[in-house]
Amino acid sequence: MSLRALLKTRLLSAIPVVAIVIFLPLCFPSAYYYRIGALVFIFGLAVVGLNLLMGFAGQVSLGHAGFLGIGAYSVAIGPVYFGAPSWLCLLAGVMLSGAIAFAVGRPILKLKGHYLAIGTLGFGLLIAIVLTNEADWTGGPDGMSVPGLMLFGWRAHGSDSWYWISGITFVGGFVLALNLMESPTGRALQAIHDSEIAALVLGIDVARKKLTVFIISAMYASVAGSFLALFNGLVTPDMAGFLRSIELVAMVVLGGMGSIFGSLVGAAVLVVLPQVLTVFHEYEQALLGLIVMVFMIFLRQGIVPSVASVLAGWRKC
Amino acid sequence: MAELLQFVFSGLTVGAIYALVALGFTLIYNASDIINFAQGEFVMLGGMTTVFLSLAGVPLPLAALIAIIVTTAIGLALHRLAIAPARGASPVALIMITIGASIFLRGVAQIVFDKTFHSLPPLFSGGPIRFGGATILPQSLVVLAGSAVIVVVLWLFVDRTMLGKAVIATAANRLAARLIGVDTRRIVDFSFAVSAAVGAIAGILITPITLTSYDAGTLLALKGFAAAMLGGIGSALGAVVGGLLIGMIEALSAGYLSSSYKDAVAFVIILVVLVAMPQGLFGRVKIERV
Repeated sequence: MSLRALLKTRLLSAIPVVAIVIFLPLCFPSAYYYRIGALVFIFGLAVVGLNLLMGFAGQVSLGHAGFLGIGAYSVAIGPVYFGAPSWLCLLAGVMLSGAIAFAVGRPILKLKGHYLAIGTLGFGLLIAIVLTNEADWTGGPDGMSVPGLMLFGWRAHGSDSWYWISGITFVGGFVLALNLMESPTGRALQAIHDSEIAALVLGIDVARKKLTVFIISAMYASVAGSFLALFNGLVTPDMAGFLRSIELVAMVVLGGMGSIFGSLVGAAVLVVLPQVLTVFHEYEQALLGLIVMVFMIFLRQGIVPSVASVLAGWRKC
Repeated sequence: MAELLQFVFSGLTVGAIYALVALGFTLIYNASDIINFAQGEFVMLGGMTTVFLSLAGVPLPLAALIAIIVTTAIGLALHRLAIAPARGASPVALIMITIGASIFLRGVAQIVFDKTFHSLPPLFSGGPIRFGGATILPQSLVVLAGSAVIVVVLWLFVDRTMLGKAVIATAANRLAARLIGVDTRRIVDFSFAVSAAVGAIAGILITPITLTSYDAGTLLALKGFAAAMLGGIGSALGAVVGGLLIGMIEALSAGYLSSSYKDAVAFVIILVVLVAMPQGLFGRVKIERV
């Protein structure tokens, strides 16, 4: 494929996402929908990062909410205790997440399969435990409030401004992820996914590539965590908890592992579904579990890849 | 010294339950390569069903028996209705199904039962036993004895019966097992049923000490999974040792270091062990074929 053709396909696949961000508000009847939209894009961002790790490199992480927590508490602790501007703290959080991912990544990523799952799970739990117990800094289990985001004298508040901030950031993260996957590193990661030993034999520095994508996905999660904290104006240790990590993994798998667009779909389903299900009151959890099961039984490759293969089947007929 | 003995005893009690949960993970994993995150819900269902049946006036032994049967049926249904239809799906997709099942079972328990904490009367009435300066609840001994009986029965079953040999054959090589006439689908059925029953018994044994509620399963699944991985997934011995170790580490670090960091200590040790021994304590090294 020539470079031009490559650019064309990549830009083409970004167009639907841009269109979604721009035109979705046209069918929003109230400000509440902007809030849901913003949450979908924020989670979508974290899920794109995690999908790079899980879907492309084939490395599961059950502790990714830990990085969400680092990002979130960066924009809470920085401005409150050090008077630093929020955007700077967000960047610092991204750097910190990257640094921590770098430090723990090498030993943890040596583990394989379910052992990697328990390793990352333990790592995520450690972060959540520290956030819960260091109450002097983090406010303990009740969490702490987060000052709003100021950008060049403009104060970001209200669901609609956060809709645009998170929407634009998501498009950026989306295009970045697409580019990364078409790069030599991306190809190498997919080779690692297929067979680590074969990749090693081909001369790929497996440990280094896995570490790289782990760091990148940690940074995505950190940005999403900072956004969530700034948007909600509040952080609690739940942000870094085990159930949050499971939720992120569920979004990746539901949308489709290895499908960047699927990340948005997975995030949308699991953000919107609980909102819809609240009308069923006490049946909410049971229905949520049931829907996750049914989706995974019938669309086992995830929503986007399954639908795509059905459409491809029709086209052949 | 008395203090240490006290911590060791409470660690062993909790550890025995972790070991039973880890055994449940191991049984299902060996038969089907699936990590069943609904394992903790089996424990919850065992405890909660017994509680509510005995509240309804059913005598305790009968209530416990019915609870075990109900949970076993739910375990079977989980395999038949959710896992078997998704045969051939990727391991991660199968794990997601079990996570969905765990959310579902928690949601149903919330409706059928309620959202408050419940306890059961201990099997033997009577005050705590004094032993070397430490006090031991009689129920702790019941938990330890019960767990030991389950482990021995499972071991005898696997080692001495034809069905047990078929389970081992399925665990060793599913395709080969099918070729020599083992109905592997039934073996997986069976492993889900036994896992559920073991979980339910664990739930009934521990409820008098730790209480139970509709969401008690999540933490137990987490600890049981950690125990199974620490021991080396697929190894029954590893599951038991892993469970007891994690229980002990928690109790000792809660006693001597800090109770809010007991889980942290446990997971730091798990991480260190896994980095040093990436297959867990008793796991077999798998060789990747290209």
